Amino acid sequence: MAEKKSIRRKPWATSLVILLGLILSGGGYAAATTTVQNEASSAELVEEGRKLFLANCATCHGMNSEGTNAGPSLIGVGAASVDFQVGTGRMPGQASGVQLRKKPVQFTEEQISAMAVYVASLAPGPAIPEERYLDNTGDANHGSMLFRINCAMCHNAVGAGGALTEGKFAPGLEGVTEKHIYEAMVTGPQNMPVFSDANLTPEDKEDIITYLKYVEENDSVGGFELGSIGPVAEGLFIWIFGFGFIIAITVWLTSRAN
Amino acid sequence: MSDLEKREDNHEDEHIYDGGSAVVPSDKIEDPGLEPHRPRLADTDPKAADRAEKQVAAMFAISIVGAIIAVWGYVAFPITGEDLVNTRYNALWVGVGMALSLLGLGFGAVHWAKTLMPDHELTEERHQSRSEPETRAKAVEILNMAGDESGLSRRKLIRRTMFGALAFLPIPAVVLFGDLGPAGVSDKMRVTMWNSGVRLTRDPSGVPIKASEVTLGSVYHVIPDGLNDLYHKLDEKAKAAVLLVRVNPGVLNEPEDRKGWSYDGIVAYSKICTHVGCPVALYEQHTHHLLCPCHQSTFDLADNCKVIFGPAARPLPQLPITVDEEGYLIAQSDFTEPVGPSYWEM
Repeated sequence: MAEKKSIRRKPWATSLVILLGLILSGGGYAAATTTVQNEASSAELVEEGRKLFLANCATCHGMNSEGTNAGPSLIGVGAASVDFQVGTGRMPGQASGVQLRKKPVQFTEEQISAMAVYVASLAPGPAIPEERYLDNTGDANHGSMLFRINCAMCHNAVGAGGALTEGKFAPGLEGVTEKHIYEAMVTGPQNMPVFSDANLTPEDKEDIITYLKYVEENDSVGGFELGSIGPVAEGLFIWIFGFGFIIAITVWLTSRAN
Repeated sequence: MSDLEKREDNHEDEHIYDGGSAVVPSDKIEDPGLEPHRPRLADTDPKAADRAEKQVAAMFAISIVGAIIAVWGYVAFPITGEDLVNTRYNALWVGVGMALSLLGLGFGAVHWAKTLMPDHELTEERHQSRSEPETRAKAVEILNMAGDESGLSRRKLIRRTMFGALAFLPIPAVVLFGDLGPAGVSDKMRVTMWNSGVRLTRDPSGVPIKASEVTLGSVYHVIPDGLNDLYHKLDEKAKAAVLLVRVNPGVLNEPEDRKGWSYDGIVAYSKICTHVGCPVALYEQHTHHLLCPCHQSTFDLADNCKVIFGPAARPLPQLPITVDEEGYLIAQSDFTEPVGPSYWEM
């Protein structure tokens, strides 16, 4: 008869019932409270971002991001600003100077996004751009025109960069990711002016990025770029190699054969 | 050679004319004459001549290869408009090929002349600059005859009308070129498209700008409303281009008479440098400096675009702006001073 013992009486039956009960009640609770939990994880992200901020940024930007003499207020700069500054390694800044430079990134993607979420939670500001503006499917021709009007005076017609006043400079744009170019336009890092969505729409920005990537990926139509910095490099080249060649020919022409 | 021999005969005549006031030093260096003729390697060694011949031939061969490269480059990289980058390789190989074909031919010819063609020296004496007495007398005679036969001294009517015609000849040129001078253009240089009520619009789309759209730290490149409809729009754009910037109103140091020229920290300045007219548009958001890329003139936007560095002699002209009832930025008037490079009449 022992073989016919009902399942209820088997030694593991109690455990099975308890397990089933737990799964049902836990699963049901989880299903009912998903939204609440998401908010909770976002709040956790803000908290994590705040901790990272206090540990790494607050010395210059203030305990409440209100800014100090060493660094500006971050209230209202938005997630895009944090993602650009930290994501390109410019922040945390190493030494004070006229301009902070690109350097190896100090944080992981997760840490950067936690800080971005924290700073964005302080006040509304430019958000991290949507993926659909970053896939280089814009109109490169239109982007080229907008770039020449709005950007080329500092960044050079093909984005090679250029000098500003007192040691500052507009960096070259080759190799900068689409996301960081977009974020720079919308936030105006350091001495760069702001190009808000009212000035250059997201589609305009996409066109500009498409143009820059076109230039980066295709050979220059006009021949060797020589750094694309224009008359200085080209003049130096022709003075040294062009005139050098002409002088060599002149010497040879007037010499006697031996 | 006969020419040279003839000069040899005339050699004694040189001493007929004295040297005028020229001082002839008694210890002048004597003419050393020609260097002794030195035979070349190819003249004495048939092997060297053979080698030189092969070198010349090789250069001509390079020339042929160059011509072929040029044709290949043109055919292999057609400029169709579909792939712009082809332009680079088309131009590169056509250029390299043609350079090789020309240089190969030229170098070959020079090398041939220098190594293999005869190299005996020739001397040609300079002839005297004064003509022979007979030639001079003949020239005077011809001039006198022309004067007599034309009757220029007798026929006064012809002489006077001829001088009159010559005097009138340059007058059309004076009138035509007069328009290039300051009298003809001062108005064009003082007046731009900006006027009371003209909306500030985006370059290049021509979409008007609302004051609310100009966020803090923003820079707008601005053209006057209606510019895109003009046939000669670049002529007007060259004068009317404006840079629109919004700064914290607290940083603006505005004199009393310009207090009403900005709108809530939004200021508009001419983009044309007052030095030689390059577009000044390198704006630094935090220093409020505007830099001209051509000669590094730097203007302080917060201080009425005063020149703080570089060769520009006067501040960038400010465009007085305000908003209309729909919230769009409009000009109050034209610029109150000429835009662009300074000129004499200013």
